[in-house]
Amino acid sequence: MSPDVTLIRVRLPAHLRNLAQVADELEVEVPGVPTVAAVLDELEERYPVLRGTIREHGSLQRRAFVRFFAGEEDISHDPQDQPLPDAVATGKQPFMIVGAMAGG
Amino acid sequence: MGGVRVLVGTAKGAFVLTSDDGRTDWEVDGPHFGGWEVYHLAGSPVHPDRIYASQSTSWFGQLIQRSDDGGKTWEPVGNEFTYHGVPGTHQWYDGTPHPWDFARVWHLAPSLTEADTVYAGVEDAALFKSTDGGKSWDELSGLREHSTGSSWQPGAGGLCLHTIIQHPEDTDRMLVAISAAGVFRTHDGGATWQPANKGLMSDGIPDPDAEIGHCVHKLAIHPSRPETVFMQKHWDVMRSDDFGGTWTEVSGNLPTDFGFVVGVNAHDPDTVYVVPIKSDSEHYPISGALQVFRTRTGGNEWEPLTKGLPQDNAYVNVLRDCLAIDALDPCGVYVGTTSGDVFASADDGDSWGPIVRGLPRVMSVEVQTLP
Repeated sequence: MSPDVTLIRVRLPAHLRNLAQVADELEVEVPGVPTVAAVLDELEERYPVLRGTIREHGSLQRRAFVRFFAGEEDISHDPQDQPLPDAVATGKQPFMIVGAMAGG
Repeated sequence: MGGVRVLVGTAKGAFVLTSDDGRTDWEVDGPHFGGWEVYHLAGSPVHPDRIYASQSTSWFGQLIQRSDDGGKTWEPVGNEFTYHGVPGTHQWYDGTPHPWDFARVWHLAPSLTEADTVYAGVEDAALFKSTDGGKSWDELSGLREHSTGSSWQPGAGGLCLHTIIQHPEDTDRMLVAISAAGVFRTHDGGATWQPANKGLMSDGIPDPDAEIGHCVHKLAIHPSRPETVFMQKHWDVMRSDDFGGTWTEVSGNLPTDFGFVVGVNAHDPDTVYVVPIKSDSEHYPISGALQVFRTRTGGNEWEPLTKGLPQDNAYVNVLRDCLAIDALDPCGVYVGTTSGDVFASADDGDSWGPIVRGLPRVMSVEVQTLP
């Protein structure tokens, strides 16, 4: 792995794991400064079937019922080009993509 | 091979039911895409083992799945539905402008002549076309950009394009129906569109010449007489004999002319089926008795078909894509309910029975008569 590449642990919700046919947690190599946008770019490059399921086509805005967590911290509303917290960037915690809680 | 394949879309996945020509014993395969809403599945008339499915959730958006082996295995294809240009606004429920915003694919219509061509009707209302088996989609934007587009208002289910009728003798001619804008037709393959609602009367817009604003629920034709189109409207069952140019009411003796589905018998263009629903405020059959009504005269004279259908406590709805008709003789008629049952008749509708029960809410039923 190149020194300017960061290995980010990523967890997907069950529906997207099934869609991408991946296990509970995967690792994504992110070039440059790891950000939410950079992780999602790499994730979608590796698993094109996820395009449009986490963020909208075109605008690349987070879908309304999808949330982003860095460990226990909800970073859904942070700018997507903001560097990920150190705990995620160093691999101590995963970057988690979560389907918003709903039901009844 | 022979037999029939029934494609059932539900609120929690897709099911594929198969039977031989007798249609008494059924094999149920599914759920496919478990946990996702499947608004519609449709098989290609050119290549029957090719099936398209619309899979969506509010969480993760829209996917289109394609099978090339009759529904045994599936492959996600293209899911990018982007309106042409700056889409502008339509009217919201309160009459204010509302930005056009893609929500989901309601209906898929594989081409009658090209295996790789398929149309998709979407919410907010627009028509898309793929010529590469669903991998990429282009909007036929002349419809949404019609001069009335900014005045279209959604029905209760959203501003959805839910019906696509292809003229079997002329691929340039199509009808689409949008709730609650009405019917539009094209004579040039979808480049330009004209409203086709003359003669429709709707609560709140009693003007029979109102160009748009009609809540059309479903259209159906018979391939041998494609100029004749039957319509189940929010209220009223209607008929056109000029491919939507003008409409006349054929509700006749129906106990209620509210409903969602309409279908034409495969062997007789005058035999038509509807499922009357009590009212738009009570979306279930009168007295909880599920009845399919059949006319053999092209409308006006209707008979109830009840044998084998639940006549007590059937407080269910039959949604707009939930009636299908096969091409065997006698032809089979299939009805899916919001309580998760699919009832079928193998004798033109004379008698019925469940072919599967207890599925999630049924959102669409299609049938393929296999070669």
